[in-house]
Amino acid sequence: MSTALEPQAGAGTSAPASGGGSALRVAGDWARRAPLLPALIFMILVTQLPFVFTLIISFMNWNAYYPDQIGFAGLANYGAVFTDPDTLSAIWTTVIYTVSIVLLSLVIGFGVALLLDRAFLGRGVVRTLMITPFLIMPVAAFLVWKHALYNPNYGLFNGLLRLFFGPNAVQPDWISDWPKTSIVVSLVWEWTPFMMLILLAGLQSKPLDVIEAARIDGCSPWQVFRYMTFPHMRQYLELAGLLGSIYVVQTFDAVFTITSGGLGTANLPYIIYTIFYNAHDYGKASAAGVVVVVATIAIATFALRTVSSLFREE
Amino acid sequence: MTTTAERPVETKQGMSAQSRRRMSSLIVGVAAWIIGLIFVTPVLYMLLTSLHSEPDAATNPPSFFAPLTFEGYANFFGSGTGTSPWPSLINSATASILSTILVLVLSIPAAYALSIRPVRKWTDVMFFFLSTKMLPVVAGLLPIYLIAQFAGMLDNVYTLVIIYTSMNLPIAVWMMRSFLAEVPVEMLEAASLDGAGLIRTLRSVVVPVVLPGIAATSLICFIFSWNELLFARVLTATVAQTAPVYLTGFVTSQGLFLAKVCAAAVAVSLPVIVAGFAAQDKLVQGLSMGAVK
Repeated sequence: MSTALEPQAGAGTSAPASGGGSALRVAGDWARRAPLLPALIFMILVTQLPFVFTLIISFMNWNAYYPDQIGFAGLANYGAVFTDPDTLSAIWTTVIYTVSIVLLSLVIGFGVALLLDRAFLGRGVVRTLMITPFLIMPVAAFLVWKHALYNPNYGLFNGLLRLFFGPNAVQPDWISDWPKTSIVVSLVWEWTPFMMLILLAGLQSKPLDVIEAARIDGCSPWQVFRYMTFPHMRQYLELAGLLGSIYVVQTFDAVFTITSGGLGTANLPYIIYTIFYNAHDYGKASAAGVVVVVATIAIATFALRTVSSLFREE
Repeated sequence: MTTTAERPVETKQGMSAQSRRRMSSLIVGVAAWIIGLIFVTPVLYMLLTSLHSEPDAATNPPSFFAPLTFEGYANFFGSGTGTSPWPSLINSATASILSTILVLVLSIPAAYALSIRPVRKWTDVMFFFLSTKMLPVVAGLLPIYLIAQFAGMLDNVYTLVIIYTSMNLPIAVWMMRSFLAEVPVEMLEAASLDGAGLIRTLRSVVVPVVLPGIAATSLICFIFSWNELLFARVLTATVAQTAPVYLTGFVTSQGLFLAKVCAAAVAVSLPVIVAGFAAQDKLVQGLSMGAVK
């Protein structure tokens, strides 16, 4: 944001003061900048401006059910956010989801990517099978997980249990018994292909000649993996982890579809949605939104440093 | 994983190098196939169930070999109830396609100014775009709802076009920058020597070279818009509701509906599945925002 405004101020002062050379340079600067401006202005209007409103509303007493009581609320909304047990548990749930889903899908995705990096019969087919989960519309996929897989009476999981272990097989009610795990498993299923694709691209860009040389020099496969493949893959693991976290933190569809936020599965996006959409408490919803943003900025600052290391490699 | 599995084999003296390689490739192949099949099982079961009759779809243990029928699809498309998903599918298509076009119109010039003739401090601009992606969308949900309400743009598919454009623009800028960075500079110099302006340079030199990149960017933007639920759910009602919103609403019916749900899931996912299979390699570049080539 600031970078877009900074040169503008400089251009305003330098153009009339100095001679033709710098005026030309300024004109050149603007010609360079012109193609960038529509996108930049669009983003500031649609993503930054609303957040300013969110910030303002977070200090207001504003519930759509009580339109005559709109006014300044000070920090009351923030107090409400941090004392509300539902919101506090949602913060914790969000952390659990993000960490477990990103880690599990990274580990499985890396494992599959390592397998797919080798030659075997039907490698292309297996890769296609692996990316399929990512291509199913999430809402549709989670409806299928809920009704066709997890359902205790006629879902596939209990059906397979009965098929293999006879009519007396255990028939757990998956979602009621393990609500958070059910959501994590279906999301790991959705996100593993994403991780796998990025990591596979990384594996396929590793310097083959160097690895071949190491092999000839007598390095064991484990040594090649530990000292060559893994360091090369580090930045790809970090990138996949970062991008995965950005998306997984914002998970809404799975919670909405599988449990409707019940059984302690509500995460922050879902809680904010209910405070706003069901309770119409605009002030509190905004305060919760600001809290999420501040937390995200803290994490993102760390994460951005990781990405900037990617830039330097370029 | 695989490399450790290979190790004990290597220390044995008896096997020849060739048979050892064949052995390890067999183990790798079997493991990969098993994991691949596990991951695709929900999709295959969804497809199979969508082709079963409702009573056959809801048996325990499952009746894998029940006769196939298109009843589920007929039900989803409204043969019995008269409620058709077509308006919501058309809304989804409108929002996804228009926002994808708008994203391209905005991101290609921006990426040009970030790679080929970069502005000063272009990395800061890149990080600004990335940081908007890290801002949780829920934080902007309420003000956007209020603004749309104030402007009379609730339940309007064009509101979604704007939101989806802002959602995908950062990804598109990152992707397009990485593609444009591959444009050979001498071609640009030749164009400018021939007196070509910005628009002409873009059209006749840059665009042909980066056409595959544009295809990848479009695919990703289309997928994310097509699948989006939260904003569509909050900002639309009966007129502009998209396919994901329609899906969340229709599982309220009593009785057997499993085949119908699975048919719906297959039907709404079909455009993305077809496009995704056709452009698997492009997906990688897209999903990593162009950071991985």
